[in-house]
Amino acid sequence: MEEIIFERDEKGDILPTIQNFYKFCGQGRLMAVKCTKCNKLLAPPRMLCPSCYSSDLRWIQLSGRGQLRTYSMINIAPKRFASQVPYTVGIVKLQEGISLPGRIMLDKPGDAQIGMDVIVDFEPAQMDGWPQLPRYFFRSVNKTSG
Amino acid sequence: MTGKPLAAIVSAGLSRFGKLDGLSAREIFQQAGKEAFDRCPNLDPRKDIKALFVGHMMESTEHQGHTGPMVADWLGLNPIPASRTENACASSGVALRCGIQAVASGLADTVIVGGVEKQTHLPTSDTTEYLALSADNFFEQWHGFTFPALFALIARAHMHEYGTREEHLAMIAVKNHSNGSKNPKAHIQKEITVEQAMTSRIVASPLKLFDCSLISDGASCVILTRPELAKKFADNPVYVLGSGQASDTIGLYEREDLTSLKASILASREAYKMAGIEPKDVDVAEVHDCFTIAELVAYEDLGFCAKGDGGRLIESGETKLTGSIPVNTSGGLKSKGHPVGATGVAQAYEVYLQLTGQADHRQVKDPEIGLTHNVGGHGSTSVVHVYKTSK
Repeated sequence: MEEIIFERDEKGDILPTIQNFYKFCGQGRLMAVKCTKCNKLLAPPRMLCPSCYSSDLRWIQLSGRGQLRTYSMINIAPKRFASQVPYTVGIVKLQEGISLPGRIMLDKPGDAQIGMDVIVDFEPAQMDGWPQLPRYFFRSVNKTSG
Repeated sequence: MTGKPLAAIVSAGLSRFGKLDGLSAREIFQQAGKEAFDRCPNLDPRKDIKALFVGHMMESTEHQGHTGPMVADWLGLNPIPASRTENACASSGVALRCGIQAVASGLADTVIVGGVEKQTHLPTSDTTEYLALSADNFFEQWHGFTFPALFALIARAHMHEYGTREEHLAMIAVKNHSNGSKNPKAHIQKEITVEQAMTSRIVASPLKLFDCSLISDGASCVILTRPELAKKFADNPVYVLGSGQASDTIGLYEREDLTSLKASILASREAYKMAGIEPKDVDVAEVHDCFTIAELVAYEDLGFCAKGDGGRLIESGETKLTGSIPVNTSGGLKSKGHPVGATGVAQAYEVYLQLTGQADHRQVKDPEIGLTHNVGGHGSTSVVHVYKTSK
């Protein structure tokens, strides 16, 4: 696999940018940043804390587990997604309390339910230029296999 | 007791809405401008109009930006300052507010504000892609979210939380098509039935084709002046009593409550307070029904009913032409059409007609207070204005 190079600041820390968020996805990690001053957790990451304006934000890995807040099955999609219809999208509230939107992969199309447990997964890395970065998505948690 | 007016509307113009083949944005804008000029013989456009604000969202459709000076030029208004506002589907609601600010500040006595969009010449998939630019590219568009899907997420959450049903959404489509059938400028002037709406094909569940507004070309404008100058231009001006605008997250997912648009709640409260009125005082309203669920949520956000009661309000019939609070008498975005940049000021045009008794077959009986509600994206922008007759 192609080596993933993160953008870093002068101290060598990985910058809290959206591009770096997706580069972490390329490594199979769903990441957020935490404000070191007010402890606010942010995903997507931001370079400036919207609560206290601190720019000292540190990366932390998220559990990737959460529950579906709402969903929709899309039948009419823009050209670049047209071959994939029907597909389901939703908003997931993660265990850490923040929400992320994403594709919801289901065993059967149409069997999404509000409140269902989901877990993050990742597309194979396809690093062919910004913003064509690897995506995260969510899949339903199979109750029997836990 | 209502507040002191911020500005007065002394004229208004609207192009036909629909698929306007062969006409470019600037030519469509000329149609709206001409109607406004013709309607106001006491106005000398070149002498009296001191600034122009125009809402326009998608310059890519014609490869033509710099919309302000372009439409000023085509209306023969050079060299007045001419500026464009872009707030997605709220572009011209924001232009209206900029015009009000210019007049209220004393920077310009009389201004023209409007909006325009040209989009029907492109394949729907291209337009869909351009319209999606108002959502969060990196987290919504990039994962395949469409605009109907984003409002579908709101609809699903509302149904789950409050028991709202797909029939309620269909009733909104039926009402707005019924109103639009009485509007000679509407894109689709045809009544529909609940059954037609319910059996139309699914776009993004639970939203169907008849839950979606139309992709239209069109332009709109109004002429604003200082309240004390209004009678010089018009016998029955309409006064703007309140103006509110608010912003919210660019991503829907960051919101605590997915069943309301917080920006609409905040913008309407600001406008009501400024106008010195309450929601129950509104006699006629044009609200942003880009999708049927958006109108249902607007009932609640604007205070026309309690939170969660939107379904019951449409069911009651009170938002029909003959009800206590007629909503989208023009047909709304659903039937009149949604040339995105033109929509906010097109709402003001309808309220102007209603408050001056010029709405013909869709005229509401003696309205005194009107309201417009224009939303950008999935509520990242909301603009609300309150109007009053000269009575």
